[in-house]
Amino acid sequence: MTTPVLYDVQGPRGRRRVLVSSVIGGLILLGLLALAARRLAANGQFDSDKYKPFFNEPLLYRRLWEGLTNTLHAAVYAMVLATLLGVVLAFGRLSQRRFLRLPVIAVIEFFRGVPLLLLIFALFLAFPIVVHTDLPALWALVVALTLYNGAVIAEIIRAGVQSIPKGQTEAASAIGLSRGQTLRIVLLPQAVRVMLPALISQLVVLLKDTSLGFVIGYSELLRTGGQLVQVLRNPLQLYILVALVYIVINSCLSALAGYLEGRQRRTSGKTPVAVTQVETGIGAV
Amino acid sequence: MNDVLNNLDVFVRGFRTTVSLTLLAAVGALLLGTLIATMRVSPVPPFRWAGAAYVRLVRNTPLTVVFFLVVFGLPEVDVKLPFFRFAVLALSLYTAAFVAEAVRSGINSVPPGQAEASRSIGMTFSQTLRLVVLPQAFANIVPPLASVFIALLKNTSIASAFFVFEGVQAMNQLINKFGNAVIPIIAAAALGYLVLALVSSFLFGLLERAVTAGR
Repeated sequence: MTTPVLYDVQGPRGRRRVLVSSVIGGLILLGLLALAARRLAANGQFDSDKYKPFFNEPLLYRRLWEGLTNTLHAAVYAMVLATLLGVVLAFGRLSQRRFLRLPVIAVIEFFRGVPLLLLIFALFLAFPIVVHTDLPALWALVVALTLYNGAVIAEIIRAGVQSIPKGQTEAASAIGLSRGQTLRIVLLPQAVRVMLPALISQLVVLLKDTSLGFVIGYSELLRTGGQLVQVLRNPLQLYILVALVYIVINSCLSALAGYLEGRQRRTSGKTPVAVTQVETGIGAV
Repeated sequence: MNDVLNNLDVFVRGFRTTVSLTLLAAVGALLLGTLIATMRVSPVPPFRWAGAAYVRLVRNTPLTVVFFLVVFGLPEVDVKLPFFRFAVLALSLYTAAFVAEAVRSGINSVPPGQAEASRSIGMTFSQTLRLVVLPQAFANIVPPLASVFIALLKNTSIASAFFVFEGVQAMNQLINKFGNAVIPIIAAAALGYLVLALVSSFLFGLLERAVTAGR
């Protein structure tokens, strides 16, 4: 931990006070946990039949595994496609031609401003009407995720490219590279390193969002969990297990992003693209 | 198109719920999030751990899973509320983790000299935080908080899957009724969200200017 600035480094008396309040605070937190546990026990949530399926139902894990595979499929397809779309949109966004830039800005802001759930419904319901064939649930989900995350990734790329010192662009045009060449050969390769942590954090967002697939009947992890609950009647236990799966995967990804961000700071002294700024909403237009 | 215009009241009813979900959850998330952020910077280790654990767990859980746990898990322990309140609860619990992160980064962005100066005139932790750091942090908290709350606005749409009649459910109801006007209905719903997002972005812009002008 870094040296605290909000309070003094404690002397003997301060240390005793912190110890006392730690004990009291710890007791308060434990007391809250105990209250929750009592509530759980009073409603039979610790009964063995709520937990038995986890030990004697191999089918349960097989089903959850299938669900997880579906989740990961959707996430991987969407991430690859969103990155491609993001690069294309970023080129448009960074273009100096107004007739190219303005429509791209509108597209990016549209997809960042509309709820993902609405995009999913829109594709699932409107696609059959326009094209006269059904869109499988997987692809409705993947395309919606691609559109939203592509727009966000375009903004991440823009922030990354704009963080490259101006001298690079000037040097590139001095040796006669065109604007597109400058972007492709000089700026993007350098920007990738700065963007990597933000891109991985976006992958966490994307992975979490795949759980919205349940609304259109895509059997991803959460929906599979829901189907199992119908049979096993232990919603708390099973949804907590499902949550833990997401938490483990996402924590690993977040840790990777944090590691890359730290390394970036140490080796180049550059501040990577701030994740939270581009993650959500139309805050910075 | 006419189907949309003739049923504008359905959309108005839906989006009114969207707005009240957003506002109530925003208040809940702001209170809980500030509390968690304070815990995370406090001198008492158990509070720091609890705060960090909350943020870590909730940030990595999909909002949909939080909804499932609240809507189907809480009745198991005999907590039965109307679906609207369940939705507000789920949205507040989830958004609080992001608010806590925004507040904490705001606190960290106040120059350490400020906290050092207030400590050197003998202020305690809570005085330092309340009187010196938080008021200054507020200006830096507004922009990230704005994006957290606009994300919240969009996230309220998930409540449509849990029996709350808001924007997206208004859309779905109209689609079920007028099968041949699907595209205008979806466009109208999208427009509704865009307008709400633009309005809140504008209001946060005003707030940001007011906060920075005061310095």
